[in-house]
Amino acid sequence: MNETPSRSSGAAIDDLYAEAHHWEVNTGDETIHAKRIPGKWRRIKWFAASVWLIFFLGPYLRWNGHQAVLFDIPDRQYHLFGVTVLPQDFWMLSLLLLFFAILLAVVTALAGRVYCGYFCFQTVWTDVFTWIEEMLEGSPPQRRKLDKAALDARKLRIKLTKHALWLLIGFLTGFSFVAWFYGAWPLWRDFFVGEANLVVYASVALFTGGTYVLAGWLREQVCFWLCPYARIQGVMLDQSTIVPTYDVARGEPRGRVKKDETSEQRSTGDCVDCNQCVAVCPTGIDIRNGQQEGCITCALCLDACDTVMDKVGRPRGLIRYASLDEMEGKPVKPMLLRARVWVYTAILALALTGILYGLSSLAAIELKVLHERAPLFVQLSDGSIQNKYTLKVLNKSEQDLRVEISADSAIPISLVGADEPLPTTRGEVTPMIVFVKVERSDLDGERVPLTFKATAEFDDGTEITAERESAFFGPAR
Amino acid sequence: MADHNPFPGENNTGHFWDDNIRELNNPPPQWWMIALWVSVAWFVLYGILYPMFPVMPWQSQEEGGFSKGLLGWTSIQEYEQGVAQVEAVRAEYEDQIADMSAEQVLEDPGLTQYTLASAKVLFGDYCSACHGSGGQGNPGYPVLADDNWLYGGSLAKISESITNGRKGAMTAHKDILTEAEVDQLARFTVELAEGGEGREAGWKLFNEKGCTACHGQEANGILAELPDGSIVTVGAANLTDSLWRFEPGGYESAKHTILYGVNQPNVEQTRDAVMPAFGDAAGSLEGKLEPDQIKKLAIYVHSLGGGQ
Repeated sequence: MNETPSRSSGAAIDDLYAEAHHWEVNTGDETIHAKRIPGKWRRIKWFAASVWLIFFLGPYLRWNGHQAVLFDIPDRQYHLFGVTVLPQDFWMLSLLLLFFAILLAVVTALAGRVYCGYFCFQTVWTDVFTWIEEMLEGSPPQRRKLDKAALDARKLRIKLTKHALWLLIGFLTGFSFVAWFYGAWPLWRDFFVGEANLVVYASVALFTGGTYVLAGWLREQVCFWLCPYARIQGVMLDQSTIVPTYDVARGEPRGRVKKDETSEQRSTGDCVDCNQCVAVCPTGIDIRNGQQEGCITCALCLDACDTVMDKVGRPRGLIRYASLDEMEGKPVKPMLLRARVWVYTAILALALTGILYGLSSLAAIELKVLHERAPLFVQLSDGSIQNKYTLKVLNKSEQDLRVEISADSAIPISLVGADEPLPTTRGEVTPMIVFVKVERSDLDGERVPLTFKATAEFDDGTEITAERESAFFGPAR
Repeated sequence: MADHNPFPGENNTGHFWDDNIRELNNPPPQWWMIALWVSVAWFVLYGILYPMFPVMPWQSQEEGGFSKGLLGWTSIQEYEQGVAQVEAVRAEYEDQIADMSAEQVLEDPGLTQYTLASAKVLFGDYCSACHGSGGQGNPGYPVLADDNWLYGGSLAKISESITNGRKGAMTAHKDILTEAEVDQLARFTVELAEGGEGREAGWKLFNEKGCTACHGQEANGILAELPDGSIVTVGAANLTDSLWRFEPGGYESAKHTILYGVNQPNVEQTRDAVMPAFGDAAGSLEGKLEPDQIKKLAIYVHSLGGGQ
């Protein structure tokens, strides 16, 4: 094996250098000024981004006289429209997280980094920030020129305006975020007169600064070097995932358009090497090198390429959403025949069912029963056996309720101390002590099952109940 | 140290050994150095503002002998502030309770909840050693969770028991009664405790020997019932219920009590039954509990299961 294949070593080195050209890593040395081209995907991108308006406007939504969605952390209760979620209901949160984790997985497996490209706040905020930049500073060449130009009054004015607008958006982001937790109207009332607490100011400051730095300065560097999801999603793709792909077979070899050349005479592929796909890329990659870590699958290069293809009279779709299988001419499996789709869907359905069950079964009152342990039971002077119970009634509704307590068992029992209904305050736990008395002769075991029931009536006449299993203990026979 | 640097351009410090071993200058990253100096600044600032140095030789022991810091912060001060905060929350309830009778407190569900939660601590400190953590009693020490009260189970009577203590007394009958009489009386109490009517001869002896003086005409421990519903007792046991004052109960146990009595000074095997006084009154155990604490404890004990 001394004789190394020198014949191929030259070619291998050439390959190495050819490849090295693609290994230029974007470490943010140069600001990427991406060109904006209108098109179908651009519209979809704006549409998807507009989902984030909910983030800004959501806190102002009212429901039954309070904020529709309010995550009230100091009082440890989450208001979701008509439902109040308390810490004990938080198992639903884990299901919610599972749901979104799997949703991310299923979408990524089917259509790549859809979240990154269309919905991620980093993408959306960067998009808006660069849009502002374009409005103020002009097209990418003008921006680059301005960046290089010496500081004069005009540059200063433009730059100051831009950074002020960025900071304003950052501030609104932080302010809206806090509004979900603090309440929108109280925040407007307290924030500007200095009456909100330190956590509020610190949160808004962090968000303002964070948004400004991440969307204004770091931009695609976040996707390259900070974001774990960008890396996780990379391994979720497979051969049949459809992602923005350059049709190598159709495009190569690339060549400039020559005038007076008919399509029959042409020896080059459909790619006219205009570099428009690179120019519009917000992360500064060349999609023609294939799917890569920097691609957030935003499909802006599809718009760029289609526009060019229209201009040069060649068919659209040189860059298009396609799977690797399709590009390699392998049979494309229909979506419904893929095991992943079904497994993911099953998990999604399970999580969603759990959340819906949880939300629908959230009772307005909750009853907890603590059986007294010392003593487990006492014998009264008439010979009957008495057990003591501490009942805890949690009122999760939005009004104060009078709760009737009753107890039921297979043996005759008498409930002592529950003649009067228990007045409960909304959102609070009210304890109550009751006793259950059983005649010695009625007792048919050391432990007899017993069910407590709490019943309350709302102002509108609807009745709610909560039940809790407990037990009655007596002496060994 | 070489004047001529044979390795230019590699950022060495100019220190060489053995011709080619040289010290390179690789400073840590700037952010690291910034973090270091910020930490140093933090240390200095902290030392100025907060207590830091345990030894200040020029200070006397009275002055503390340590650096105090400009802010004057101390951990005991922080603790006291914390306690004051809790006290402030409690004061609202305590003030109300102070102005109310125990009965009035029980009328108010909110105050009752506060009292039960707060008196639980008092009960644990002062009562549970004998009466058990939940009032379940101990051998020789009465159960507080049942409805059997030697001295009455009203709030006033319970409060009185806590304030002044109780010390029952029963004569030792070993020298007064014959063995046959003791046997008959012991069997008589067992009969009553098991729900029986009690034999004629038993009642006769019970009356003759003066048991009724303390245990009452009906052997239920009640000497008289007052028109307002309260009862007069001397703390003698109710013999007609199924509960026994002294463990384990039953014939032998009853016989022992009859023979040796309760709290008899010169009788060796006498039963012990002393409840110390917790109040401020004369003869109390140094006035351990404030009247408000006794009020809260009375409510707590009353709510354990058998308050009247």
